[in-house]
Amino acid sequence: MSDTTRPGHAPAVPTRAGDPLAPDGARPVDLGRLRERLSQQRGAAYWRSLDELAETVEFQEFLRKEFPRQAAPLEASFDRRDFLKLLGASLALGGLGACARPPQPHEKIVPYVRAPEDTIPGRPEFYATAALDGGYAEGILAESHQGRPTRVEGNPDHPASLGAAHAITSATVLSLYDPDRSQQLLQRGSPRSWTQFAAAMADALGALTDGPRLRLLTETVTSPTLAAEIRALLAAHPGAAWHQWDPLHADGAVAGLRAAFGEDLAPVYDLSRADVVVSFGADFTQVGPGRLRYAKDFARRRRVRSADDDMNRLWQIESTPTPTGSLADHRVALAPADVAALAAWLARELGVADAPAAALPARVEPSWADALAADLRDHRGRSALFAGADQPAAVHALVHALNHELGNVGHAVRYVAPVAAAPALHHDGLRDLVADLRAGAVELLVIVGANPAFTAPADLGFADAMALARTTVHAGEYLDETGRDATWHVPSTHALEAWGDARAFDGSVTIQQPLFAPFYGGKSDLELLQALLGRPERSGYEVIRDAWRERVSGDFEAFWRRSLHLGVVDGSAAPTREVTRRPLDLTLPVGDDLVVHFHPDHALADGRHANNGWLQELPRPFSKLTWDNAAIVAPATAERLDVRSHDRLALRADGVEVIVPVWVQPGQAPDVISVALGFGRAAAGRVGDGVGTDVYPLRTAAQPWARAVRAERARGRHRLATTQIHHSLEGTGERRHIVRAGTLAELRQDPAHPKFVHPVTHPVSDITPDWTYDSYAWGMVVDMTVCTGCNACVTACQSENNVPIVGKEQVIIGREMHWIRVDAYYRGDLDDPSFYNMPVACQHCEKAPCEPVCPVAATVHDAEGLNVMVYNRCVGTRYCANNCPYKVRRFNYLQFAELAVNATELSLAHNPDVTVRSRGVMEKCTYCVQRISSARIQANNQGRRIRDGEVVTACQSACPSEAIVFGDLNDPASAVVAAKASVLDYKLLEELNTVPRTSYLARVGNPHPAVTGASAAAPAEAGTEGVL
Amino acid sequence: MAVIAGAPRRGLETNRVIAPGQTAGMIDDVVNTPVLVGPQRTPTWWWLLFALSLSLLGLYLVSIVRLVTVGVGIFGNNQPVSWAMPIINFVWWIGIGHAGTLISAALLLFRQPWRTSINRFAEAMTIFAVVCAGLYPILHLGRPWVFYWLMPYPNTFGMWPNFRSPLTWDMFAISAYASVSLLFWFIGLIPDLATLRDSAKSRFQRLVYGALALGWNGSAKAWQRYMRAYLLLAAISFPLVLSVHSTIALDFAVSQVPGWNNTIMPPYFVAGAVFAGFAMVLLLAVPLRRAFGLERLITLRHLDNAAKLMLATGLIVVYGYGVELFYAWYSGVEFEVFMAYNRVLGADHWWAFWALILCNFVAIQPLWFRRVRQSPWALFVISIFVSIGMWLERFVIIVVSLTKDFLPSSWGNYVPTFWDWALYLGSFGLFGTLFLIFIRLLPSIATTEMKELAHHDAHHGSDAYETIREAYYRGEVRA
Repeated sequence: MSDTTRPGHAPAVPTRAGDPLAPDGARPVDLGRLRERLSQQRGAAYWRSLDELAETVEFQEFLRKEFPRQAAPLEASFDRRDFLKLLGASLALGGLGACARPPQPHEKIVPYVRAPEDTIPGRPEFYATAALDGGYAEGILAESHQGRPTRVEGNPDHPASLGAAHAITSATVLSLYDPDRSQQLLQRGSPRSWTQFAAAMADALGALTDGPRLRLLTETVTSPTLAAEIRALLAAHPGAAWHQWDPLHADGAVAGLRAAFGEDLAPVYDLSRADVVVSFGADFTQVGPGRLRYAKDFARRRRVRSADDDMNRLWQIESTPTPTGSLADHRVALAPADVAALAAWLARELGVADAPAAALPARVEPSWADALAADLRDHRGRSALFAGADQPAAVHALVHALNHELGNVGHAVRYVAPVAAAPALHHDGLRDLVADLRAGAVELLVIVGANPAFTAPADLGFADAMALARTTVHAGEYLDETGRDATWHVPSTHALEAWGDARAFDGSVTIQQPLFAPFYGGKSDLELLQALLGRPERSGYEVIRDAWRERVSGDFEAFWRRSLHLGVVDGSAAPTREVTRRPLDLTLPVGDDLVVHFHPDHALADGRHANNGWLQELPRPFSKLTWDNAAIVAPATAERLDVRSHDRLALRADGVEVIVPVWVQPGQAPDVISVALGFGRAAAGRVGDGVGTDVYPLRTAAQPWARAVRAERARGRHRLATTQIHHSLEGTGERRHIVRAGTLAELRQDPAHPKFVHPVTHPVSDITPDWTYDSYAWGMVVDMTVCTGCNACVTACQSENNVPIVGKEQVIIGREMHWIRVDAYYRGDLDDPSFYNMPVACQHCEKAPCEPVCPVAATVHDAEGLNVMVYNRCVGTRYCANNCPYKVRRFNYLQFAELAVNATELSLAHNPDVTVRSRGVMEKCTYCVQRISSARIQANNQGRRIRDGEVVTACQSACPSEAIVFGDLNDPASAVVAAKASVLDYKLLEELNTVPRTSYLARVGNPHPAVTGASAAAPAEAGTEGVL
Repeated sequence: MAVIAGAPRRGLETNRVIAPGQTAGMIDDVVNTPVLVGPQRTPTWWWLLFALSLSLLGLYLVSIVRLVTVGVGIFGNNQPVSWAMPIINFVWWIGIGHAGTLISAALLLFRQPWRTSINRFAEAMTIFAVVCAGLYPILHLGRPWVFYWLMPYPNTFGMWPNFRSPLTWDMFAISAYASVSLLFWFIGLIPDLATLRDSAKSRFQRLVYGALALGWNGSAKAWQRYMRAYLLLAAISFPLVLSVHSTIALDFAVSQVPGWNNTIMPPYFVAGAVFAGFAMVLLLAVPLRRAFGLERLITLRHLDNAAKLMLATGLIVVYGYGVELFYAWYSGVEFEVFMAYNRVLGADHWWAFWALILCNFVAIQPLWFRRVRQSPWALFVISIFVSIGMWLERFVIIVVSLTKDFLPSSWGNYVPTFWDWALYLGSFGLFGTLFLIFIRLLPSIATTEMKELAHHDAHHGSDAYETIREAYYRGEVRA
């Protein structure tokens, strides 16, 4: 038995046979099984006993007793904090060796900013690669500290990102190190090696009889190289078929394009050229290919600093409140069938003669609809219409017809050849697959990435059908619901661990590079396909390089370096394709009395991120729900069903009953019950199992997004955890002037002193002397006009600043730790309110109320204007938090950051530049002081001042709307000084004379002059917000 | 008032600070004898109460262990309610700790003879209440083991505490109050300790009491110096009575939380403290005089006077409630207006305000009547009301103000946990244990002063003497 700690080799095996640590009478360990496990370990896997290796229950018990620190027995008071259980449970430090080393020397990867020879210990490197959303690439820059990825930001050079990152993308580093990820190749639960798997596959493929015996089920594939591999596999096995399954796939979009143009296309929007944007159920800044780019372009056309600026107008027709819809100048909440009816009405009104006839839905005021039509007529060629992913084909077709009719094609909208390798109707494809499985025709079913056992529509009975295939192979990052039932399970790599390529919404290709060797082992999809093609030894690196070597001419190495460095292949964006419209033959969906409407969860998507604690605890827009999904109902519907928030509602359809807690949400369409998919996982991992309610059983293949339902109050109540307590202002809200909002017209009436920005003046009397700043004076501006409340800032801050999560019970008590939160306010009618998002972090007051009251001077003003928190001086009186009017201070009531002090996998996701706070100390936003320090050191070394834009806070960098501006107030040319010079600039609670350094730009709306009434985004009287 | 003025005197006993015919020997018998008897003759009620107190003290210690090992998160505190039950209990106990020094020092300086029989146990009560109170601010810290960073001491950090913080002022105020009160109490005990030494039944008692008596010999010189020191300490203590609770009130007044940020806080807190303190004195005196048969030394006159002070300070406190609400409206500040509204009618905590009015305003109204003031058990019940009311007052000020302050998005709620209650009930165990040990091992009445009073009573005629003496102090009669 050899002893080696070299990565990639079998680790040490102790020679003693009997293990003194094994409890008497313990189950004997299966040595054959252990050898299999060891052969799969990557990196330096240290272990101490055979029981440890076997991860027996007895050993886990022993571990808890022997190492109470790791088992954290005293943490039992917070039951929901499954997260902490990870400590005691996972001692497998395997892979640490891999993380501390760069990838295998023969696989060169290229750092984004600096060449490897410049590597300076303590200075992070950035690598350009891509994260996938629904199969589509979003360019990212992954920050790596000595070979350890800790943070993901958007890649400014990537067309789908332009530097922004979605909330889920920022949270991906936590998933990367998730100890619940699958770490072992399994055959029916027994460990096997890659070689054994490859041999078994060769046998199975060789033994295939003729006919459709081989089936491949993937998610949406945009990767040219993976698609080529799949085609090669299909070609090698005649009759084999490829299906795709993504429960969130917009089948309606594919079918709608086919209906409108007769071919597969991909629409690409350029919102910088749209004066009017109309969205039929599309949350286009959050969902779908191009979301970040659209958010950025939309915000750039919307931002107002003075009366001279122009802004676009958004009409949003949707069923449930979305971040995009919260910015709407005109928003109407309609049932899904009514959305389609309004689209058809509008199409007819605007001259699409072949649109189906439809009456105007009852909830839409005729004057409102006329104004919408007039607005589009007035902006021919300068508007853009969207249809949401959950809309039926008819709405998509009507939207394309409208864009065509209004002359938007070629301006704000263009069409390109499909970005997906094989556009398909996923629900139809899955139905075909299940039919074949039931017919017993499938011998080998290979599922790559997808989790259909959990996500497939319940009426298909996929899980049962899967058992009918002779052999099933599942490749996934987790041993999930599908993987558990498959014959073979192959651990997949994370996006930051593998070579690959993927295309963005506009067709641009990114070659994905790994930041380190697979942390938990695992094979990329490219490597899996190679095994099926009979070449199991080929690495992803070889595959991807060979594939691209064939595609490019000229100097390949130069191309390779440049593409990796930039994060996007030059000139790979798809060219515009001319389209000709076909006559429409559409049927509109029929409405029902009460419908259940499914939507992807804002943080968990289809449920794949369920084991990510940051995302579970991310407050969902408006409701601020965490750790649960809910049946979102309108106040009127709640009255009708006789339910209140936290009640339980039984949803019944076709004999299926699902009981979901209720959340009453202003702005929800009446008689529509919206439920988020992705909760109630059975095999997500220790964090995500059993959180929330699984609503997939209600979904059918024919009606995947909305269907009729019966609802009835069920007994009992379910305590939902929200980060904002929702109640009325009890009559005094209108005088608080927290949110200030007006219209562009009001701004133009009084360009110098718009009344809505400063509804009252406050005399200032102050006896304390002002601070003076010789060097820098940092400040921030938040633009409320473009903030969608999408939470990108929240997870970005969480990742950058090592902000812990606390679990559902602690959220209920009110101890969530987020340094930045997005406050939601409503104004106007309960059924059709206006939505306001206000991101609030520490305001860094000049006259900070927290500073004088701290008895030990643990929070003090620094020479650059920051209100700094000295963690090791803090004794935890919490007086500062009481005295903070913004309530941005967060206290470590318990050891929330326990993970940090133990060498567990998750602590590797921590930013080494930021202190991890222990229990008993206060913390809060620092304006990313570590980034300021880093920039200051660099500037000082070069003998200059920090340049404007050199310090970018984490929240600012992630924000897709560019709503956050940060910089030096002492630099008259800085962007932040320009923003603060705006007449819209105001300070939150300025009457308290705290003189915050963060200020807000008042929300400006641009309602159509012909529309008045409740659905206008900003009524004339300013500052009358209310919280429900 | 008319009722009192017109009422006929109900007999000598009710109007005297000591029952007629008391002698030094009688006082020794009734006060010192129970102290000196052996453990086997300790009354059963004492053992029962002591067992109860010890079990509560056990709960207290368990809570502290839990608190230190798990963290301050075992309490219900949250964002935005960063201060809750530990601080309520702190203010509550420190308020109770006011009556003792007020009785000892202020009434001594004002030459109120009725202080004599109740000052000893009231002072003891003060010290034990301050012990209970003083532990809370330390225990509620996130990192209680570094509480000493609040003190100015030479350290390697080169750091002073922040002298601008009211919490630093608190630390000085409480420690000064605790040490002066302890000193004052001990000085007062010295002659009595000597008496105990002299009448000790065993060598062990003689040794212990002798050591504590610091060699007291009863000489005229000793008496003269003793009296001077006692008076000086009284003069030092008296301002502390006003300053301690004023300083604690500044914790709130200095902040900008609506409902805290009021200039009325210091006097209002002091009145509330005296109010709560006298309630606790009555809560202890009524059973004590019964248990030890002290009715002849702690007379109805004492109870009557304490009740009058309770009524007077209670009305000041109620005036404070009115002023708070008035200024909330008068300020025109929306946050203050909302605070007042939320306090009185808010959906979550209206009950606390109205229970407070019931306890602190309605329940003390019977004290206008002499019959009530001289009925020990009625006073006992009213004192319970007042003690609960004063706890609720701190709850309303601290918790209800914090739940809903400036930004509605950050509003919250507060629910105490098991450990909140455990630490509160446990502090009764600490208080009870200390107090029971005190009444068992030390004279709970200042016997020397009582003997002096008895002497005057016997030799100079009680009522006439007192009348003349009071007239003398008013300056109407010259010696």
